Amino acid sequence: MLRYTFHRLLLMIPTLLGVAVLVFVLLRMMPGDIVELRLLMDGGQVSPEALATERVRLGLDKPFWLQFYDWITGIMVGDFGTSMWTGRPVIEEIGSRLGLSLQVAVMATILAVSIAIPLGTISALYKDSWIDHVVRIFAIAGLAVPSFWLGMVIILLLLYNFQWIPPLTYVPIWEDPIHNLSQLIWPAIAVGYRYSAVATRMTRSTLLEVLQEDYIRTARAKGVYERLVISRHAVRNALLPVVTVIGLEFAFLIGGLVVTEQVFNLNGIGKLFVETVTRNDYTMVQALVMLVAAFFITVNFVVDLLYAALDPRIRYR
Amino acid sequence: MKRTLGFLAFTAAIVGVGFGGAEAQTPKRGGILKFAVSAEPPNYDCHGATSFAFIHPVRPHYNTLLKFDEPSYPKVKGDLAQSWTVSPDGLTYTFKLKPNIKFHDGSAMTSADVKATYERIANPPTGVVSIRKAAYEDIAAIETPDPQTVVFKLKARNASMLTNFASPWDCIYSGAKLKDDPKFPEKNVMGTGPFKFVEHAAGSHWVGERFADYFEKGKPYLDGYRAIFIRNTAARVNALQAGEVLAEFRGHSPADQAKLVSAVGDKVNVHESPWICSLVVTFNAEKKPFDDARVRRALSLAIDRWQGAQALSKIALVRHVGGLLRPGFDLATSPADLVKLPGYGKDINKARAEAKKLLAEAGVKDLKFKFLNRNVPMPYTPVGVFVIDQWRQIGVIAEHEQPETKAYIGNLRSGNYEVGLDFNCDAVDDPNLQLLKYISADKSSINYGRYNDRKLDELYEKQKRELDPKKRSALLRDFEKHALTEAYTFPTIWWHRIIVNWKQIKGWHMSPSHYLNQDLQDVWLDQ
Repeated sequence: MLRYTFHRLLLMIPTLLGVAVLVFVLLRMMPGDIVELRLLMDGGQVSPEALATERVRLGLDKPFWLQFYDWITGIMVGDFGTSMWTGRPVIEEIGSRLGLSLQVAVMATILAVSIAIPLGTISALYKDSWIDHVVRIFAIAGLAVPSFWLGMVIILLLLYNFQWIPPLTYVPIWEDPIHNLSQLIWPAIAVGYRYSAVATRMTRSTLLEVLQEDYIRTARAKGVYERLVISRHAVRNALLPVVTVIGLEFAFLIGGLVVTEQVFNLNGIGKLFVETVTRNDYTMVQALVMLVAAFFITVNFVVDLLYAALDPRIRYR
Repeated sequence: MKRTLGFLAFTAAIVGVGFGGAEAQTPKRGGILKFAVSAEPPNYDCHGATSFAFIHPVRPHYNTLLKFDEPSYPKVKGDLAQSWTVSPDGLTYTFKLKPNIKFHDGSAMTSADVKATYERIANPPTGVVSIRKAAYEDIAAIETPDPQTVVFKLKARNASMLTNFASPWDCIYSGAKLKDDPKFPEKNVMGTGPFKFVEHAAGSHWVGERFADYFEKGKPYLDGYRAIFIRNTAARVNALQAGEVLAEFRGHSPADQAKLVSAVGDKVNVHESPWICSLVVTFNAEKKPFDDARVRRALSLAIDRWQGAQALSKIALVRHVGGLLRPGFDLATSPADLVKLPGYGKDINKARAEAKKLLAEAGVKDLKFKFLNRNVPMPYTPVGVFVIDQWRQIGVIAEHEQPETKAYIGNLRSGNYEVGLDFNCDAVDDPNLQLLKYISADKSSINYGRYNDRKLDELYEKQKRELDPKKRSALLRDFEKHALTEAYTFPTIWWHRIIVNWKQIKGWHMSPSHYLNQDLQDVWLDQ
């Protein structure tokens, strides 16, 4: 197991290097120039000398290979550079937003899991009953309704009924839990609903499959209590693909809540992602892509380890 | 006389809407003003910035030498300057500074700081970006005979020099800080303004607190302010409606205005003004058939600006028909003269018949081209759609292309377009600024038409040096007539600024620019 873990960790290096090369090249193929955008987007006379000075300041006058070398060698010593748009360290820019994105992802995951596992299980156990139909409608509606749209509906309901909207600025939960939760619970619900719908359907279908397995029939034939059959034998085995879905959805939430973050004015990673891409802020986009890639790889890795914990038959070598 | 009356009426209009007798109230101390900003400042240096997203949160930390007299725009008044004189030859400007001005670090502000600041703007040290350097190229020397006096010696007369000194971008910095590090303002906020810098939470908000040692005794009235960055328009309007923010100082669309007024009713004030912004059609004069003035003029003649302004004003933030200078500005063409200019006549059928004739004369049949526009919905998209529809009336087909801003600007600058919808927005009404769009490409970096016209350059230079307003106005009319006849670039419809603020905000004055009146020195909350 230890050897496997070490092997997987080592594999992260070439994967991330591949991502680095890809993002570096693709970004430079995109049209537009951050200097022109920053200095000319609001009009006004800007001399060519001023534009050239700014390009030199940002290091854009250097050959591509040298820009790549500087970036990669910087990463190796923990220096991701500074944002070309704001001039602040990239780590600082991402760090100030990561807490919010992680919290929304965790809250949405807790919400989704606590809805999906029980509902999916009940739905499978009472297949084709009215309970199953209600749960399926709930889940299909969750898949059909975009999170941002639900977010807009939530905001408008709050606004028109209570003349209130969630706070516009983020405060960490340890500083002011009420402010924090009253801001983040709404996006967590908007996102968590779709997330729970995916997990509910996955739980239902895998549980239905598992319930047909021989070992379930054997357990029942042995006279094991039905509750134990379900909880110990069926649900536990059905959770393997559900854990994968939960893991991937969780990783997606870190950088993928682009529109939902805008609807709730959340200063998260998704919003930062869009802003930096539209600005051609190379250093920021590169760091964000690396962060999200690292996150996906890590989550996949953790999911693999969870497999082993959930299914004793799985042993990594 | 007519022009003066028109200007007075305009001034009364922009001051009057929404204020009523409220200004007679005694200002109250205290409170935090929360307002929304739809973008975020990319850096902290006034001299290298161009965006309102910079001005709104950052300007309250700084002062300028002069500033616009808010209710009496475009009149200027002293900000750091107590008084000033201009020599009869127009070549020497002498400013006396107000006493006891301090920077936020407690150091005294003197004429040396003003000199260091303007030297940085006019001759930026290596690595420092000075966007408006060209506006100060006439400065030959800056002298500081004593700590309270600063003298600017010019190489040549410049009719816009006082306007330049009132520019909201010319924040006065500490000379000592600049001496230690010319790039100090890029990462630090330290001025003499009414509010001290507290915090900039990237992507979230900006906070300023009252500067107790501010030189204007008793001011500012607010304890502080909090600028909240809200990019999404719907989120911004919701925040205003809920009272989470009390203002947004750039401008709203007519639809947002209607929504807010219907939801909040008489708890808000609506301020309106013509805006120093216009969308202009620009031709790439290097591409055929747009190298032919007849073709360009035909496309200008096809546009019914008068009807378009009426119709578009209901859905977009454009409303005014004007020439090269903002309608209502003292030096702009009067409405009576405007209708005589090509493309501004009120008989659209006659204009379109002439347009067809010009196209025929130029040998252009079934004209089709790609029309480059910016993918900003308000007001670029509705104006772009409108213009395309107008051209269809004379049988010209334009294909609407709306790339992202970075690609849009890149294409305009590199000449990778045939016809484009460009923009002309400035902080102040000033022919030297607004006409830069029209002079030769080898003299102006914001002329994307890729043409050179020495007659326009000559007239531009003459009006720039003419201190007599009447003579300057005559030169401007010549410039305008020639520019609109050649029609390398022509205005469509000028913008209309609409601000919806909660009524408890007092002391803020509407202006035709979203870059002005944002130091918040006189703003107070009636609560």
